[in-house]
Amino acid sequence: MSVSLRGRAAIAGIGQTEFSKESGRSELQLACEAAKAALDDAGLSPRDVDGLVTFTMDSSEEAEVARNLGIPRLTLFSRIPYGGGGACAVVHQAAMAVATGAAEVVVCWRAFNERSGMRFGGAAMAGATMLPPFLDMVGPYGLLTPASWVALQARRYMHEYGVTNEHFGRISVVDRKHAANNPAAWFHGRPITIEDHQASRWIVEPVLRLLDCCQESDGGVALVVTSTERARDLRHVPAVVLAAAQGCADDAELMTSYYRPEISGLPEMGIVAEQLWRQSGLRPADVQTAFLYDHFTPFVLVQLEELGFCKRGEAKDFATVERLSIGGELPINTSGGLLGEAYIHGMNGIAECVRQIRGTSCNQVDGVEHVLATAGTGCPTSGLILGRV
Amino acid sequence: MSYRLGPTTTPDTKFFWDGLKQGKILVQRCKGCARLRHPPRPMCPHCNSLLWDTIEASGRGTLHSFVLPRHPQWPWFEGTYVVALVDLEEGLRLVTNLVDVDPAEVTIGMPVEGRVEHFDDGVSLHQFRPRSPR
Repeated sequence: MSVSLRGRAAIAGIGQTEFSKESGRSELQLACEAAKAALDDAGLSPRDVDGLVTFTMDSSEEAEVARNLGIPRLTLFSRIPYGGGGACAVVHQAAMAVATGAAEVVVCWRAFNERSGMRFGGAAMAGATMLPPFLDMVGPYGLLTPASWVALQARRYMHEYGVTNEHFGRISVVDRKHAANNPAAWFHGRPITIEDHQASRWIVEPVLRLLDCCQESDGGVALVVTSTERARDLRHVPAVVLAAAQGCADDAELMTSYYRPEISGLPEMGIVAEQLWRQSGLRPADVQTAFLYDHFTPFVLVQLEELGFCKRGEAKDFATVERLSIGGELPINTSGGLLGEAYIHGMNGIAECVRQIRGTSCNQVDGVEHVLATAGTGCPTSGLILGRV
Repeated sequence: MSYRLGPTTTPDTKFFWDGLKQGKILVQRCKGCARLRHPPRPMCPHCNSLLWDTIEASGRGTLHSFVLPRHPQWPWFEGTYVVALVDLEEGLRLVTNLVDVDPAEVTIGMPVEGRVEHFDDGVSLHQFRPRSPR
């Protein structure tokens, strides 16, 4: 007998702090603020919560979050590895818990001072005298940042399919266009042109310019997951989990999976995609809008291919500003994404997907029935399809 | 003074770094199925054998991908440097630097050849250069 997750759980609440470059308060406080905001949004109390799920990289302990919120009884607490690759997986974990009865109301969160505290962009390596073991095979040669890890793989993708940095720039233009209309976005009111993109300095030549790289942000986002039945009685239209999946492919590394016969794809996203379409019974054409994890623009193109929105090698022609912008065939990252809104490890992109289902986005897409979200790429990852009841 | 950020060796990778100290690029060969593997790991993913020895790689290969990191600047590199992904003749792939080359002349698929260099801080690494096709 096969038991499907389809339709069993829903996201009933979303909450977030402001997105900044210096929050001025602890990561624990950001986590608590986001979680409380999400519960208020759902119309639930901390006393209703019995599950907590976050990222292994999150610095706030479950017990600390619970004692701050006043959650008296927890029956599920779980963490997902691989940084942003865990974004949709926290909802997957919560939905499985709800479907099996391990918990009834689960809060998923991610909160950090990634800009004012420990930055991932390599600044922390500047004073290093020794490499962490996971960087042994790449670090001594100068690959010390996520941008450089992604670029070496994306350079091969460019070579195989005739893709240029200008093709990547279209994603930046789309994200900043959407962010410009989102008051919560760091880049609110500040759209860019492709010329701005092409004039920005190289971070890793000839793959990534400054405007191909996501922001570094301080902030927190939380999501409340409960059964679809219970969610129906709460404040908002439930964002029903129609599919949720994780994926790790053969010969994977944290963000340096260079040793496979071919490195021009993202096979972990292929594993996620196959599950999402099978579980939901949907096809790419059934999706009206998506959050495609955009830490670095090249992998947004590769994701479009892995998810089946276009064929392999064709994303450079498919991914036009018109098609991916509001009013187009497949608007993506309508809150501005990680490039335009904030870098909260993808959780802000999932919150935006919930707003699209509710019909409350500041870049609302018409006639939304199904929304797709993905998580961090270049590493083991995850994905979600949300829909209406 | 020419120096590099050194590795943190583990029981799984010690042979590789010891090999470089002796001027050799060593790769693992499974004693169960004779397949070669890199990067180092304790178990063969094909036959699950924990037994292995090493062979010295020829150092000959072709360029699979490359980039020029520009930001941030590190104390270990001066100016433009090339990070390369090389397909070795042995059917393995490794990350390295491509040196003694004009970055404008670097193309994917070009033949390259590697040898070990010993830096002033005691770190030994393989470094590759363009080679004439055989």
